Amino acid sequence: MAKVHFTSNLRRHVDCPSVEVQALNVAEALAQAFARNERLKTYVLDDQGHLRKHMRILVDGAAIKDLRSFNDAVQPGSEIWVMQALSGG
Amino acid sequence: MQKRMLVSTRKGLFELGRGRNGWVVKDTSFLGDNVTLALHDARDGTDYAALNHGHFGIKLHRRDKGKKTWVEIATPKYPEKPEGLVDNDGWGKPVTWSTQLIWALETGGPRQKGVLWAGTMPGGLFRSSDRGETWQLMESLWRHPDRNKWLGGGADLPGIHSICVDPRDANTIRVAISCGGVWRSEDGGQSWAQSAHGMKFDNGPKSEAESPDAQDPHMMVQCAGAPSKFWVQHHAGIFKSVDDAKTWTEVKAAPSSFGFGVVVHPKDPDTAWFVPGIKDEKRIPVDGKLVVTRTRDGGRTFKSLKKGLPQKHAYDVIFRHALAIDDSGKQLAMGSTTGNVWVSGDQGDSWALVSSTLPQVYALRFA
Repeated sequence: MAKVHFTSNLRRHVDCPSVEVQALNVAEALAQAFARNERLKTYVLDDQGHLRKHMRILVDGAAIKDLRSFNDAVQPGSEIWVMQALSGG
Repeated sequence: MQKRMLVSTRKGLFELGRGRNGWVVKDTSFLGDNVTLALHDARDGTDYAALNHGHFGIKLHRRDKGKKTWVEIATPKYPEKPEGLVDNDGWGKPVTWSTQLIWALETGGPRQKGVLWAGTMPGGLFRSSDRGETWQLMESLWRHPDRNKWLGGGADLPGIHSICVDPRDANTIRVAISCGGVWRSEDGGQSWAQSAHGMKFDNGPKSEAESPDAQDPHMMVQCAGAPSKFWVQHHAGIFKSVDDAKTWTEVKAAPSSFGFGVVVHPKDPDTAWFVPGIKDEKRIPVDGKLVVTRTRDGGRTFKSLKKGLPQKHAYDVIFRHALAIDDSGKQLAMGSTTGNVWVSGDQGDSWALVSSTLPQVYALRFA
């Protein structure tokens, strides 16, 4: 099982505890995480299903490369982090 | 007279209430978050709030009448952009098919319970028939070939900031776009026609300066009691229409015709208010003196109203949705970029400061 984590900044707005997923790639991992809470998807992906600007996804510490289809491989035991910068002022 | 006000700010939603000693902050919601616009639906008592979470996107929340808690509802969402479609704005730059801002939020007609309208950047108009549970893009306007002439004014993308649902017929809707002119539908949004004829910029090539699709109305309002009459605060001045927003004529005001907001008296179409500033390249009050201008004769003359407003080193800008009038036409209010909120109980003759310490005010509405 891989695990998907979200930041405390995102948890402030939407219910998104870390979840265990059975996935071969990031797309599958995200789909399982979003299945728990459909609102979560809208915070991470834009209307076109693309990763929102200034958000990053790391698999085992490395930033994924496929930002449109999320085909980057996931291993059993992988740690997947959905991260973001913060904007404002 | 209305006794409640919703103030949307960079750091939360503030509810003001009118008591014996004037207006005070009564409640707060979304503290720390960017609330860009709010709406009170008088038909059923619901409040709506639009938020911009920056990297997490645009969200909408709803609070039912008498409830303390807000519930997140659906956000207007653009359809999938067809693969290979070239969709550029008037600058020739690609249009993002994703909600960047909810820039207008209005209720449908009095007998259309649950119907809401939302104007967005990058220029899509959305309709909900179920209090924001779902939204439908007005494809007829979005797919209109002239949309590719629209362009961002101060922002990167064009946007709909004004929606006027005609009190005579809720299927007649007019929207104003920065920059894209004024568009009119008389069939509930099934078909649209440009309606900014007569508006013009004061410089640039004539073909562009007078092109309806290039016009930059900053805010458009319709007189509820005389709905054939409209006012627009335009980037290049003030315009009025007396023919159902079909044609527009320019009106000059002192100390400036530049500004963002405009309100019209709910019964008297000849009475309207503006907040002038030095024109576009500066956008600050003339001579550091904040004033409101009011016409009572359809724009032939204007009076500059300053009692109670700062007349020295005031650099407040009143954004387009941050000047409001109540249902009675007696109370006005405005909130500024420097966090000041003023109210007037005498149609702008005098103003009282409610707070000087709020965050930057984006929008203000009586509720």
